[in-house]
Amino acid sequence: MTQEKHIRVLLAKPGLDGHDQGAKVVVRAMMDAGFEVIYTGLRQTPEQVARIALEEDVDVIALSSLAGSHVPFCRKLKPLLEANGLTDKLWMIGGNLPAQDHAALRELGFKGIFPTGSRLDAITAYVRENAP
Amino acid sequence: MNDRAPPPVKAVFNESGIEVKPLYTAADVEASGGLAMLGEPGEYPFTRGIHCLMYRKQPWTMRQYAGFGNPRETNQRFKYLIANGQTGLNVALDLPTQIGLDSDDPLAEGEVGRVGMSIDTLRDFEIAFDGIDLNRITVSLTINGAAAILIAMYLAMAEKRGYDLKQLRGTAQNDILKEFIGRGTWIFPVQPSIKLVGDTIEYCARHAPKYSPVSVCGYHIRESGANPAQEMAWAFCIAKAYADEVIGRGLPIDEFAGRLSYNFNIFGNIFEQVAKFRAGRSLWAKIMKEQYHAREPGSMWLRMIAGGGGGGLTFEQPEVNIVRGAYYALISALSGAQTMALCSYDEAYTIPTEYSARISLRTMQLLIEEMGLTETVDPLGGSFYVETMTNELRAKMEEIMGETDAQGGIVKLVSEGVIQSRVSAQAYQMQRDIESGAFRKVGVNCYRNEREDEHPVEFHAYNEEDAKRQVDGLNQVRAERDAGQVRTALARVRADAQAGRNVMPALVAAVKAYASVGEMTKELVAIYGRYREPVRF
Repeated sequence: MTQEKHIRVLLAKPGLDGHDQGAKVVVRAMMDAGFEVIYTGLRQTPEQVARIALEEDVDVIALSSLAGSHVPFCRKLKPLLEANGLTDKLWMIGGNLPAQDHAALRELGFKGIFPTGSRLDAITAYVRENAP
Repeated sequence: MNDRAPPPVKAVFNESGIEVKPLYTAADVEASGGLAMLGEPGEYPFTRGIHCLMYRKQPWTMRQYAGFGNPRETNQRFKYLIANGQTGLNVALDLPTQIGLDSDDPLAEGEVGRVGMSIDTLRDFEIAFDGIDLNRITVSLTINGAAAILIAMYLAMAEKRGYDLKQLRGTAQNDILKEFIGRGTWIFPVQPSIKLVGDTIEYCARHAPKYSPVSVCGYHIRESGANPAQEMAWAFCIAKAYADEVIGRGLPIDEFAGRLSYNFNIFGNIFEQVAKFRAGRSLWAKIMKEQYHAREPGSMWLRMIAGGGGGGLTFEQPEVNIVRGAYYALISALSGAQTMALCSYDEAYTIPTEYSARISLRTMQLLIEEMGLTETVDPLGGSFYVETMTNELRAKMEEIMGETDAQGGIVKLVSEGVIQSRVSAQAYQMQRDIESGAFRKVGVNCYRNEREDEHPVEFHAYNEEDAKRQVDGLNQVRAERDAGQVRTALARVRADAQAGRNVMPALVAAVKAYASVGEMTKELVAIYGRYREPVRF
């Protein structure tokens, strides 16, 4: 049997959005799936997300956004993650993400997109398969 | 006589953890405590309603949540809703305003006007409420972290327009403890936040005695994962924390308790919900009478907006949410709420359109005009099931309040993140139950559509230009106002905060000098500091 790889996940709440019920549910699902999760709490700036991702040496950088500012936030975050050499990490995002924004998010490097209604098992399976 | 035993049935529990029987009789009502707490409508303990005639005298106020973009656009939406028969306004503010940032703050970039209207100075309020009669339409401000500032702004605007503050009605949400549990628009640490709530209650009791400065929200605690009994029990614990703060300043309970109001959620099992409201009304009355020795009936009234229901709506098959909303409105009407608002069917996706907001309004109007919900008070009163469940839920709420106090009280448990952790564990379990099919959700884990895109939702477009115009407006106010007067007013805000005085008089003066929300918040942060979120799983 191959040994399960150890996965460290950063789950961040970007911007001013205060809806954290979903983020905390996903944190619990990831912990139950055996991942190590660093949850930032609310109101993270792009700079904070990039810094914590670097300092904590995570494999996965995940955002939870419910209040509509996901595209402008990711646009600011992308160059910061690149500048910190975090392009080999898995970038993902969940929350209230209208289908019309998915292409823009994917282009910004957020490959895993999990809009409201996604199953927890689908999220954890995606992380297990795609984490570097 | 039939001597066969009834066929065995699987035990069923409601969300509050109370077993639901296949049949209720008079014996169940007796066993749960009888009708001792029933009383008559308008009489202690108010189980059947806080007024004797309830909707027969006046139907509930209809107050859809609305606001987006700049104050000018919001003013137009307000007028549209009023023209369609809405009788109150429920003001949505953008996130920068809610957490005390000006529209030109770097942290506000991309968020100005996005989920509500942006307010920087008194000028914005003057525009937003232009042409709206504040005596005819009552205004509810959905503001918490920055509530003291926005209440000061509302009172200043009303005063400038010539309204008598002694007669002015209206509501602010201003329930910061629930913001720490869910919703998250906090600014200051827990203790100064409670102090600020106390300041608003004390100030309004003296200067605007008909204004409701606080609407304690079980609503968002429920949205965060609490069950209906916890929703109400923890809301009461929070209301008591605010009452204790004000009583500690020497204000008698009957001088302010009558203006405390509540905001509760309405999704879930119809009978559990109706029983929750009936139980809550009598429990709150009992708490006010027995623990706080209130004498005025108004101090014992559980006045409430019962509405929303967002947590019950689904992303899947959004048009089915119109039907869910109709049942939720029915719950609210059967429960004797003073005010009702409904989440619109597209609310899981976006800010409601005029079309979807109108459907919500019509849903409530149907109950009044066609379905007979206003003719008789407490129509479910006397049902063996509802009376038994009312007694059982009251006992459950008392048990939860007792446990909370035994563990150190709501303020301590919120400060340490204990309640937050508990509701998030429950939300996680609920999500697992929905995914496994143990908790049924139509369109989600049963009766799914093969094609989910049959009725696309129309998205509210965010306009970057509006944000720029908002910043331009702020700069114009800054250029026109008397800078010296603003400096003096802001210095007084800081000095009063430093000295531990009630900051409301200083905030009202600063608002009148056209100081901005961000400027006033900075003065308060300089003294109170900022909240640090306890992260606990």
